[in-house]
Amino acid sequence: MNEERKGLKEKITNSDIWRSIFRHGYENTGRRYTLQVLQNVWLHLHPPRVSRHALNFRFTWCMGGITFLMFLVTAVTGVLLMFYYRPTAEYAFHDVQYLEFDIPFGMLLRNMHRWAAHGMVISVMLHMFRVFLTGSYKKPREFNWAVGVILLLITFFLSFTGYLLPWDQLAFWAVTVGTNMARATPLLGHEGPFALGAITQENDVRFALLAGSIVGPGTLLRFYIFHCIAVPLLASVLMALHFWRVRKDGGISGPL
Amino acid sequence: MEHFIALLTKPDNVPIVAILFLIPYFMWLSYRQARRTDKTGVPSDAALNDKVYVWPYLCRNEFICAIIVMLVLGIWSITIQAPLEEPSDPTKTPNPSKAPWYFLALQEMLVYFDPWIAGVVLPGLIVAGLIAIPYIDTNPKGKGYYTLKERPFALAVFCFGFIVLWIVLMIVGTFLRGPGWNLFAPWEKWDPHLVVPLTNVNLSYLFGIRNEQTANFFGFVVVGGYFALGPIFYLWKRGTSRFLQELGLVRYIIVSSLFLSMLALPIKMALRWGLNVKYVWVSPWFNI
Repeated sequence: MNEERKGLKEKITNSDIWRSIFRHGYENTGRRYTLQVLQNVWLHLHPPRVSRHALNFRFTWCMGGITFLMFLVTAVTGVLLMFYYRPTAEYAFHDVQYLEFDIPFGMLLRNMHRWAAHGMVISVMLHMFRVFLTGSYKKPREFNWAVGVILLLITFFLSFTGYLLPWDQLAFWAVTVGTNMARATPLLGHEGPFALGAITQENDVRFALLAGSIVGPGTLLRFYIFHCIAVPLLASVLMALHFWRVRKDGGISGPL
Repeated sequence: MEHFIALLTKPDNVPIVAILFLIPYFMWLSYRQARRTDKTGVPSDAALNDKVYVWPYLCRNEFICAIIVMLVLGIWSITIQAPLEEPSDPTKTPNPSKAPWYFLALQEMLVYFDPWIAGVVLPGLIVAGLIAIPYIDTNPKGKGYYTLKERPFALAVFCFGFIVLWIVLMIVGTFLRGPGWNLFAPWEKWDPHLVVPLTNVNLSYLFGIRNEQTANFFGFVVVGGYFALGPIFYLWKRGTSRFLQELGLVRYIIVSSLFLSMLALPIKMALRWGLNVKYVWVSPWFNI
């Protein structure tokens, strides 16, 4: 029986179909461990081997990975939410209500999206804290730290633009308060010091951000496009750069 | 007390309540590892370069971590509902109006500085300063392990900025600010009609200056003198300090101006709380 099973297994794993999909066996050798990473599209951003301290939860806190996981969760749940949401002042709020009360698991979907976004803000801050405490930004990783700072800003901006979309009182006033400061931008804000001559409430930086002089329907559409398309695209590009640089700069920390 | 409990149990404040526990926990965790490194000696390059296979060791850890995090997120999402208030109404301003929790440190800075500083200049400097960190921190030690001994200045400055000026201000903004952005202790009732006497005066007034031009010049001297402390310290210590010589003039100027800008916030807070100072420098174009 055992012999027969072995024969069958070999027949399957040696078949052209199997070998066209799986390029390596499953033996316990260093060569296979390396191939496992190199020949897998999802894993190949990893190097074949990493320093031992990169495995230590107490060292890494796993925060960079959690941030990426949270990004993936928000991307998946976000796409699902987009099926039920229209970014217009007439429909936005009622679409969220409809999602909460009538769509199967709609509330759960919305909760997951929101809490994953909050979780991402926490984990990205803690990730930066860990990278600082372990001196992991030092030569040769200076540039990657700079990319990380931009990604931190992007995380805040993604979360902030998403905050407006439910179009309720919480959203409206949080975004009103959050964007009010742009009025006071030196030179380019109409209430800022040294405001340029032609700058008014109707053409300053705040107007560019809000598509109006107060938060309104134009803001909703603008923030929706930032939130769902522009900023996630930018974030994805910079994340690819960030992860690639981690590898090229010799792992998460320590000497190259 | 009821307002404080309402704030604590607000769904959107879950992250900030979590931060109350997470930050001390990770401070303790890193402190313990730093102490151990400082006692037993720095790991050798060979130890830091000791490699293991990503598959299965790292992938296994990532997998376990992802499962735990998804479990936590799942429970969080099932038990706590995302908030949805009344439809937006531009004519009904809630009091207090708060930004999302991660911007509350910035909103808190608005108490002490005008919007162009608190909302534009200081955030810009925070970003510029963060990006500059690897280029101005020339200390080659402490790369790849926790330590206190090898980089005390860098750690002190960053922790002060991150923990005190970012996290603590965020917590104050979340839990202690009520109607009119007034401070309310957790046990106090939020009183929307609370009248706080506006007795703040400008620094020049405290020094007995009543003339506008003189006040403007006085403010310029105080603020200019404050930022001149950097170069003065450099000229004074240049000959004897190896740290300054290694840093070089350009890096030093960047470090000192960023450092002084950061300290300007706690100094202004102290002036406000202690002496009711409104502005340090009042000019026809801007106030600081």
